[in-house]
Amino acid sequence: MTVPSIVRLQREPFDAASEARALTRGRTDVGAVVTFTGICRGSEAGEPIAALTLEHYPGMAEAEIERHVAEAVERWPLLGVTVIHRHGRIQPGEDIMMVATASSHRQAAFAAAEFLMDYLKTRAPFWKQVEKADGKIWVDAKATDDAAAGRWASPGGKREAAE
Amino acid sequence: MTIKLRYFAWVRERVGKPEEDIELPAGIATVAELMAWLASRGEEYAHAFANPKVIRAAVDKTHVKPQTAIGAASEIAFFPPMTGG
Repeated sequence: MTVPSIVRLQREPFDAASEARALTRGRTDVGAVVTFTGICRGSEAGEPIAALTLEHYPGMAEAEIERHVAEAVERWPLLGVTVIHRHGRIQPGEDIMMVATASSHRQAAFAAAEFLMDYLKTRAPFWKQVEKADGKIWVDAKATDDAAAGRWASPGGKREAAE
Repeated sequence: MTIKLRYFAWVRERVGKPEEDIELPAGIATVAELMAWLASRGEEYAHAFANPKVIRAAVDKTHVKPQTAIGAASEIAFFPPMTGG
């Protein structure tokens, strides 16, 4: 069975609620939808920011996300997956990205959404730059994000486990 | 052999360009060796590749480790650790 999945990179805003609803439209087998939305905060490391700009590696970003969606579909009994990630300039309060997973029961939907988020953070080629009063600064990667991604590495020797 | 190099985020800013085509010098076999050679190409490159341990690389749009052989790669990208999501 092919699981319907959508991976979209775009400059424009998206509507997380309607994207999540689309996962259940016209079907009655879905019992759980988990939606995560990443939102641009008005501050970074305690300092106010005017906006952030997301740079990405076109082609590779889509490929990395699609690879991890395929892995999520393999690991959990999912009925649908949607990943949308914006690039370009984003202002505080605006949505940056979303992951939505649909399944018959909540456990698979929660786990797959968290797995996708953890890998997106550390493996999808996106870089955030914030605009502060005194200039533009690239956001540093967090060691806690690497640790979060690491906990999904399976003993079966997935590629990420060794990296 | 001609290879397209691409740079992102602060690596791009320090090098001063988003991409370039280079002739791979003889004797450069791995991604780590390529970074060391790039660092010797001038002040901007030396600054960008001063700490190769923090730079990630992708060969033909796939993450690789520094010791990876370049082989028949057509595009190699260098960038800082990723901060999307």
